[in-house]
Amino acid sequence: MDAFLTAILSANYLAFTLLIPLAGFFIVTAAPRRSRLPFLYALVSSICAFLAALRLIPPVLAHSSGFTSTIDTPWVESAKIRLHMGVDGISLWLILLTTLLVPIAVWATEKMVHERRKSFFAMLLLFEFGIIGVFSALDLVDFYVFWEIALVPMYLLVGAWGGVNRFKVSVKFFVYTMAGSVLMLGSILYLHSLTGSFDYVDILKAASAGTFSLNARDQTLIFFGLLAAFAVKAPIFPLHTWLPNTYAEAPMPATFLLAAIMSKMGTYGLLRFAITLAPGAAHRFAPWIAVCAVIGIVYGALLALVQTNIKRLLAYSSFSHVGVIVLGIFAFNQQGADGAVYQMLAHGISTGALFLLAGYLQSRRHSVEIADFGGIAVFAPGLAAAFSIALFASIGLPALCNFVGEFLLLQGAALANFDWAIWGALGVILSAAYMLWMYQRVFLGKLNEAIEHFHDLQWRDWVPIVPLILLMVWLGCYSQSFMPSISGATSQLLDNTNMNNQYRVKVDQGVAKIAAIHVPAEVTHVR
Amino acid sequence: MSGSLGDLVPSLADYLRILPEIILTIFGIAVMMLEAVSQGKRTYLGVISLVGIAAALVANVPGLLTGTLPLPETAFHQMIIVDGYAVFFRAIVMGVGFLSILGSLSYLDREESRNGEFYSLILFSLVGQCIMVTAEDLIMVFIGLEISSIATYILAGFLRDDRRNNESALKYFLLGSFATAFLLYGTAWIFGLVGSTNLDVIRKWGGENQSSVIMSVAVALVFVGLAFKVSVAPFQMWAPDVYQGAAAPASGFMSAGPKAAAFAVFFRLFMTSFLPIHDRWAWLVWGCAIGTMFVGNLGALLQTNVKRLLGYSSIAHAGYVMVALASASTIGVSAAMFYLASYAFMNVGAFAVIGYAASRNERFVKIEDLAGLGRRQPAVAALLSIFVFSLIGVPLTGGFAAKFLIFRAALDSHLVWLTILGLANSAIAAYYYLKIIVAIYMRDPDVAAMQLEAPPASLQLALWVSAFGVLLLGIFPSALLQFANSSAASLR
Repeated sequence: MDAFLTAILSANYLAFTLLIPLAGFFIVTAAPRRSRLPFLYALVSSICAFLAALRLIPPVLAHSSGFTSTIDTPWVESAKIRLHMGVDGISLWLILLTTLLVPIAVWATEKMVHERRKSFFAMLLLFEFGIIGVFSALDLVDFYVFWEIALVPMYLLVGAWGGVNRFKVSVKFFVYTMAGSVLMLGSILYLHSLTGSFDYVDILKAASAGTFSLNARDQTLIFFGLLAAFAVKAPIFPLHTWLPNTYAEAPMPATFLLAAIMSKMGTYGLLRFAITLAPGAAHRFAPWIAVCAVIGIVYGALLALVQTNIKRLLAYSSFSHVGVIVLGIFAFNQQGADGAVYQMLAHGISTGALFLLAGYLQSRRHSVEIADFGGIAVFAPGLAAAFSIALFASIGLPALCNFVGEFLLLQGAALANFDWAIWGALGVILSAAYMLWMYQRVFLGKLNEAIEHFHDLQWRDWVPIVPLILLMVWLGCYSQSFMPSISGATSQLLDNTNMNNQYRVKVDQGVAKIAAIHVPAEVTHVR
Repeated sequence: MSGSLGDLVPSLADYLRILPEIILTIFGIAVMMLEAVSQGKRTYLGVISLVGIAAALVANVPGLLTGTLPLPETAFHQMIIVDGYAVFFRAIVMGVGFLSILGSLSYLDREESRNGEFYSLILFSLVGQCIMVTAEDLIMVFIGLEISSIATYILAGFLRDDRRNNESALKYFLLGSFATAFLLYGTAWIFGLVGSTNLDVIRKWGGENQSSVIMSVAVALVFVGLAFKVSVAPFQMWAPDVYQGAAAPASGFMSAGPKAAAFAVFFRLFMTSFLPIHDRWAWLVWGCAIGTMFVGNLGALLQTNVKRLLGYSSIAHAGYVMVALASASTIGVSAAMFYLASYAFMNVGAFAVIGYAASRNERFVKIEDLAGLGRRQPAVAALLSIFVFSLIGVPLTGGFAAKFLIFRAALDSHLVWLTILGLANSAIAAYYYLKIIVAIYMRDPDVAAMQLEAPPASLQLALWVSAFGVLLLGIFPSALLQFANSSAASLR
């Protein structure tokens, strides 16, 4: 028994976290259609995945940098593709976020989706499998594979269960994303033709050791290939045009996951891969990307201001918030990177909660038009209260989650370029404007005469909301539980980026000295 | 090649090396004869054909019957060569034949057609394709191509009471013969120059006379002839018409089997005999690859008929394989081999589903006719979506692994722009393939007449085997890839 326990405790929990949703997908697919079993199977397997993911925390906390819980086995030996996955302070929290939100989506599906639920659950679990893979892949081919695996179920969710325009919207979503991701594949293959390796860790090691470096042209090619995929997914202006329609047409649990998790794939990719693999190009083009991000922040916020549909408003708000994260990433400093990761989590939680609550509004009123509501706080004080907390978190009220992230992001942006911070702050201010105005029109004011009665949240509606609200407070008040591990990972990542971009920052007895290191004139390849 | 008569008599070993072809011929003739004498239901003829192909597949395993490892071995005075490459492609074309027959057993019963002839034509066509892929001499290429083509011309017009079938066959025949004439003309030029049609001799000659303009013309002629067979732009016009017109199982067979064989010849010729003058044809292949991908994908965008759509898609896929040829490297060859193997599985599978869903007389071949297939036949719909996602190139399917290998080969040969345009093409392609997915999962069935019976066991088996192949090549590509790598390396 002891041996068994030791085996379980020393097992690789990343493998469990990854395989449980996949197993769940097959179990749900095999389950009988007209019963509650698919729901139960989906719920149990997604909760098990969450529990397994919790076990990923201790190793990460024990190692301030580097990857833990690694899986590293050959996959396609003749093509030198390995199954290399691992978790560090960045991916850990994103995986936890994913595994927490999927059970919530499963729970919400039971009430919000009315037909072909079994397939819906199966797709949710397949999506979870893909996303966990994306956040933990350390081989570039694995990363691409999981990236695409996550796309297919989401496409089917939008296309098969979405609103009236779902055909057009889902195809646009797929083709847009596919166009970006095939260019990423091009970058990965190009990098392979130069390095002879697909392994992210190996390539970074070789770059840091100076045995391999890329010239400016190659960096530019690789950077833009990667950027194409990540900028579509995040999205960064002007590649955002798929987003409002997709968010609006998708069924609520899918919108919830799209906004809370899928948009993080883009920002995660930028942070993890784009700025480390092509650091020179990332630095060179940072001002341009910052301009796009700023346009996105302001433009998204202004569009959110004039929306008449709650889902669309939240979609544009999400788009605007992502712009701030992008600013933080391209600030190339500790605050910016920490803020980016922190804000990914905070944004996932707060936006997720808002979409979930919007889903409750929709299932009660069968509409998400703002004009169809008004003064419903009278009937549904619980819903109004929960919505206000999520809303205040989203606009960055201190003591709630987004405040920490946005503070760090703006600080990081200001250190890089003060103008960026001004624009970013403008986005935050505008977010308060459109959010509060929407809240006022939906929940407060005169009661809409068309509404005779409005159910408040029942216990089963509270179940998914409560953990999210608790997390908003936790992340807002006690960032120390998360920050050291995040900083450990981001500082290493920034070291790689900045050092490989000609400059190495040496901290010597508390004094920062910057020593320029020349890039070798001749490009050397590791083969 | 001495003058003594004894040397000219083939040995037993020579015959053993073409054992698969011999087996296929015997079974083909037997099935044709049995068709003439048998009464009533003739499904059993299909089973006999399947046994024949299975036996030929076993005979194809090198060393199993001949004990002649290591490969490669030539036979009949260097007329044919049995190397890893040939064995690989023989397995592909016979696999395509096997799955096509398996998938068409019920189809032919439904259409009340003469089963035996269909099966024997497929067997004869396979003989031709096997000769093509083993050919070490341009004359053998020509003979194999003709055997394969004549059988496929008839296959295209097999349902002879159907006007579309007739149109398809006539188009295929006229254009095909025209193209074969180009190939033969090119062969004649080469013979005039080199004094031999042996591939190895041609290569040596090319190495010594790299600047020969006449050789370039001859290569161009051969290129035209083969480009037609694999539907590479600008010689692709026939493909959509023929695939649309022919019976669905025949289309599936034609788009995978003969094409794979013609590509095998293409690569063998251009990667051995014509490699010394690579500089002269490289730009031609580059341009044709780009043209083919764009013509295929843009043409498919507006199609409403699924068979026609798959016809255009097969053009596009030929373009991707041409990218591998453009890379002109060993890993390019192995990538193309892998591509054609996975394409065989997904395309035969897709056409089998279309033939099944089309109902009697192929009335329902529009994309919207597939509406609601996900609810009417969930298993078939799931299998079709595996094939379609593989055609798009979604990871964990053979289609992705194949595309991945091809573009890796292209980038390793520094073909950056070709890769970017090729990748852009696969994003365009996603648009029209998704129309099929949209129809089967997202639209509701609206035609009352579309009562689909459950798929018969033979068809189900064919579909499951194809889907298994697609996923196997996608998830565990290692084994096949290793074999392709070593075969490709021995090609030089």
